[in-house]
Amino acid sequence: MSRIPRVLTILLLAGLGGFLTKPEAFAALFRPFAPGDTPPIYAQTPLLTLAVNHLLLVAAATLAASLLAVGFAVVATRPAGRDVLPFARAVANLGQTFPPVAVLALAVPVVGFGTVPTLIALVLYGLLPIFETALTSLSGLDPALREAARGLGLTGRQRLVQVELPLALPMIVSGIRVSAVIGLATATLGSTVAASTLGEVIVSGLLTGNTAYVLQGGLTVAALAIVVDAGFRVLQRKAARRAGFPS
Amino acid sequence: MIELAQVSRSFGARPVVTDVSLRVATGAILTVVGTSGSGKTTLLRMINRLVEPSTGTIRVAGRDVRSVAPHVLRRGIGYAIQGHGLFPHRTVAENIGTVPHLLGWDRRRIAARVDELLGLFRLDPALYRDRLPGALSGGEQQRIGVARALAAEPPILLMDEPFGALDPIIRGRAQEDLLAIQRRYGTTIVLVTHDMDEALRLGDRIAVMDAGRLVQEASPAALIGAPATDFVRLLLGGRDRAFQLMALRVVDELVEPGAAPGEPIPVGTSVRAALAESLWSRRAALPVSRDGVILGRVTRAALEAEGAEP
Repeated sequence: MSRIPRVLTILLLAGLGGFLTKPEAFAALFRPFAPGDTPPIYAQTPLLTLAVNHLLLVAAATLAASLLAVGFAVVATRPAGRDVLPFARAVANLGQTFPPVAVLALAVPVVGFGTVPTLIALVLYGLLPIFETALTSLSGLDPALREAARGLGLTGRQRLVQVELPLALPMIVSGIRVSAVIGLATATLGSTVAASTLGEVIVSGLLTGNTAYVLQGGLTVAALAIVVDAGFRVLQRKAARRAGFPS
Repeated sequence: MIELAQVSRSFGARPVVTDVSLRVATGAILTVVGTSGSGKTTLLRMINRLVEPSTGTIRVAGRDVRSVAPHVLRRGIGYAIQGHGLFPHRTVAENIGTVPHLLGWDRRRIAARVDELLGLFRLDPALYRDRLPGALSGGEQQRIGVARALAAEPPILLMDEPFGALDPIIRGRAQEDLLAIQRRYGTTIVLVTHDMDEALRLGDRIAVMDAGRLVQEASPAALIGAPATDFVRLLLGGRDRAFQLMALRVVDELVEPGAAPGEPIPVGTSVRAALAESLWSRRAALPVSRDGVILGRVTRAALEAEGAEP
């Protein structure tokens, strides 16, 4: 597993925090990219507000996608739910292959502008990685374990809660991590339908030909993604240790 | 007591177990032996309803197993399998305590039982209680697997090739442990194996399965003395029946008054081991002792006679 050394992650986090709370301090850095004497730092909305909204939106979408995807995977791996599997797969695949921009375009006439269409697009787009990892880990459980759990007298629900889910958790967390990172990047598109995200900075930069804004938005989103990824990797290792996997 | 009456099971059109009737007495060990695909594992799994019979009835302690919900039935029957099936995310103590926990025992009683079982399997509770299965050797994992099966003091224990993955030395010790525990608790055991030596060593009775049918059910001596079919003879290995028989018997009955030279052998030694010692040390008779006291002697002729066809 490739991962960024913890020191670098902490430095990055510190830099990101500094930039979001006091962006003017970084003005000199972005000066060369701003045309003429336009302000080098985006100031329409505070960057911190945009970053927090961006994170909240992705968090809500990832949470919803996780619940849906894990729920689908659990149902699809029960003996009674085998018929659900093709349907769940189709939904997850369609969600991933259907471009989020198109989802936004289709959703806006129905639910209006703002956060809601963005949330729909993000949830749909985030389903597949979580669903596939949950499905793989739940159905890939050692058959001897399954047999032992049944033979000892655990009910179906007890087997799921006490054995299957704890052992599948590290992989499920890894799916959620991938989904969240993709979501962070995709959420910038929400600003095209008036959702409050860091995409606003990028869009504004594109409209006014201000490369400094595009850079600010893009770098902030990238830094957020790296930090979130690192955070999930820590969770993943914790879950793996608790599942008794050799670390 | 376990009773199977005309039990059959097919998967689709394929019969796996055909018309088996069997009876296992309380406190006895029945070993079920056969090649892979003989239906022996399916037969075992029908006793705790991991597989339902297509036809026929199974009774445990006089009660039809179908009259009890499967998970409730299984909590009352110990179950140990090859590859142990220990939960990797649970400590040794949590693994062993699985069924007592399901049955709602209080925490102190479970902890006491866990320590008792660890001691019984010669594993220091203070050292092993909190380890995860991944940190144990294969032999230790296997012992924890059997300890888990015995945790709620079930009157019946089902074992499916429990020692299949162990090397010969650890396997021998595990078999001894099992016999000691069986004597201590009087547990009725049904053990499935493909290894005839194991079946002969552990079984009070042996059931031989071939292509889904029960071809013979007999005591070890009777099985060796009169194999019912060529298949049974083939499983027994054919040529050294005399030694198999001698391995089952002990020298105790053969002791006669008199003296013999050299180191004594203790009572309880198998006829086979005694004969080997007699041949190796070139002694026509061996002294026999109990707790260091010489009881008499056993002659090579007497030992040899034990290998004759019954």
